[in-house]
Amino acid sequence: MSEAYFNEMYDGNGLRPPYQGLEGWYQDMPTEFRAFKQAEAEDLFRRFGITFAVYGDGGDPDRLIPFDMFPRVFAADEWRRLERGIKQRARALNAFLSDVYDRGEIIRAGRIPADLVYRNEAYEIAVAGFRPPLGIFSHIVGIDLVRTGADQFYVLEDNCRTPSGVSYMLENREVMMRMFPHLFQENRVAPVDNYARLLKRTLASVAPAKCDRDPNIVILTPGHYNSAYYEHSFLADLMGVELVEGQDLFVEGDFCWMRTTQGPRKVDVIYRRIDDAFLDPLCFRPDSSLGVPGLMNVYRSGGVTICSAPGAGVADDKAIYTFVPEMVRFYLGEAPILENVPTWQCAKPDEYKYVQEHLAELVVKEVHGSGGYGMLVGPKADKATIETFAAKLAENPGNYIAQPTLALSTCPTFVEEGIAPRHVDLRPYCLVGRDVELVPGGLTRVALTEGSLVVNSSQGGGVKDTWVIAEE
Amino acid sequence: MILTVLHKTRYEFATPVGGIIQSLRLTPARCEGQKIVNWSVDVPGAVIGELFSDGAGDHIQTVSLRNLTSTVEVNVSGKVETRDTAGVLRGHRERVPPRAYMRNTPRTEPNRAIRELVEDTLAVMGTASALDRAHALASAVHKALPYTPGATHAHTTAAEAMNEGLGVCQDHTHVMIACAHLAGLPARYVSGYLNATEDGSPHEASHAWAEIYIDGLGWVGFDASNESCPNDHYIRLGSGLDAQDAAPIRGLVLGGAEESLDVTVVIEAQQQ
Repeated sequence: MSEAYFNEMYDGNGLRPPYQGLEGWYQDMPTEFRAFKQAEAEDLFRRFGITFAVYGDGGDPDRLIPFDMFPRVFAADEWRRLERGIKQRARALNAFLSDVYDRGEIIRAGRIPADLVYRNEAYEIAVAGFRPPLGIFSHIVGIDLVRTGADQFYVLEDNCRTPSGVSYMLENREVMMRMFPHLFQENRVAPVDNYARLLKRTLASVAPAKCDRDPNIVILTPGHYNSAYYEHSFLADLMGVELVEGQDLFVEGDFCWMRTTQGPRKVDVIYRRIDDAFLDPLCFRPDSSLGVPGLMNVYRSGGVTICSAPGAGVADDKAIYTFVPEMVRFYLGEAPILENVPTWQCAKPDEYKYVQEHLAELVVKEVHGSGGYGMLVGPKADKATIETFAAKLAENPGNYIAQPTLALSTCPTFVEEGIAPRHVDLRPYCLVGRDVELVPGGLTRVALTEGSLVVNSSQGGGVKDTWVIAEE
Repeated sequence: MILTVLHKTRYEFATPVGGIIQSLRLTPARCEGQKIVNWSVDVPGAVIGELFSDGAGDHIQTVSLRNLTSTVEVNVSGKVETRDTAGVLRGHRERVPPRAYMRNTPRTEPNRAIRELVEDTLAVMGTASALDRAHALASAVHKALPYTPGATHAHTTAAEAMNEGLGVCQDHTHVMIACAHLAGLPARYVSGYLNATEDGSPHEASHAWAEIYIDGLGWVGFDASNESCPNDHYIRLGSGLDAQDAAPIRGLVLGGAEESLDVTVVIEAQQQ
């Protein structure tokens, strides 16, 4: 493995401090024991029922995402800085949303082009001028980060709608604690298991003003065919709230109701895991049977809160991403703690030209793509692939952005021959309600194929437990 | 002018249905051109939610009926005092940025014929003002689609109407929006009523026209069907990106059955 990559466990001076508590564990682990433990982990995941693809559909629906037992570890001081940066970004994204659906000060100030926001498909005219409770649009912000050095982190993308994968963060920890309890006695690993309690508190804090009692919170799922259905039911269980589908809810008068065996029960907060377009056939796609007819009227007249707010997607669009550091400066008056990856907008002729000339060095993505599909990883692509992609790019440059290939950090990972460095990223889940909260951890995705920089589960990625060493 | 409106929509179902749910945009909002003297919306047997204003300034309410029923009636009646503002929408409280109305929907997506119409119309206009260009486009659309009831249907797109070469107000408005967007002007679909008894031109009392955003003036109505701007014969109910988005009634029948729809709209002008 090239020296060009930052190894999170070893630097020039040997074992980095956060990993020191693991030394004996992996060095003394006999091969048979490892195989046994790996089988045990798989067995536990099957029993928990986690058999879905985290990002995007595709593949065997009952497939397990490979779990790598080697934890990814952050030191307390590393995490402190990350935490400040993540919370800062989550605040700025929400300030932006609340602004562009109100007066659009950032646009009037000329800091973001009007058309990028107002002509964006994710900008919902239906909620312009509406202020959701506490002015918050994105209640769960998933921020995808990569590391390239000891102190160098980059934000790859923001997820302001309904970021998935948090059930992995929780289950990976659960499985590790069951399998290696002594590791958690020897290392002061900060707990993540209060996530569900914090999520519930966050959702309760944005109950509508019309709600005058303990808010009734539900999770709205598209149903069990959805790839993240397990996560929906898992979170509902942990929070002790109902998991509902569109047909379980109905609108009457100015409120939304849930059918129960004891008669209709008013719903105050909906944590929806379905897209805007499907929420309400009377407002968006008329052919949607996943949503609740009339829901948007109840929402806009203050009868129910929808989390994330309809229209939140305009903040996590890849074309808007470039401006997030600007949002931090504009709304918070602070210097951004986390950096963006330098990005070329192919919509701009000079930047498009640069991208076409440097395809072999760049990662090129579709503006609205996800799941690692439809992208070009220049340095890993052969000449023919690059040529085919160049033609595709030329057809519709505005549909693409490009970024340099980042030297993603590596973390030790169990492989056939023992332990080897593999590239990782990180998705922490920031909660935004009355308070802004972040549990110490997140989902670490790992590219299991040697040399691969693509961590998506749909393309050979796995997951790891993510540790933050607790403060002394 | 005082306009009185009687608008009845009656649904009859072949077999009883489990109920209906509708979002109504059936109450005009006050602006310089219209003052509401009285107005009522009644759906016998239904639960009617409170009126609220959306970001576009339209008055919206939810209506639901959850019993087995074989007929539903939506009855609107009211009286509005109108004024001619030469088509300019003034004093209307709304919060949607005009640039948000630069987007097309499948119903307003232009085709080659629409592109050519715009190019041909604007080519001879040099540096004409946005207002003049909008007027010219409205005339061009009026000529391109002779008013012909029955030639198109509720789901006809702008492109389809253009190919047909015929249309009604909905088609004129969709094509007008597509044209305005090509000319770089924000545009939207407006639904409302038109008191047509005086000039005798052929159209229905339920009407639709386009609004185009002109810098310095704001939103200006263009009725391509009548090659005119809305005046005191018009009542504005609300707006949207296309006919579906701006529909006075958007609804669903629960446990749908074959339905027949009967709509009557009577508009009368009273002498003041």
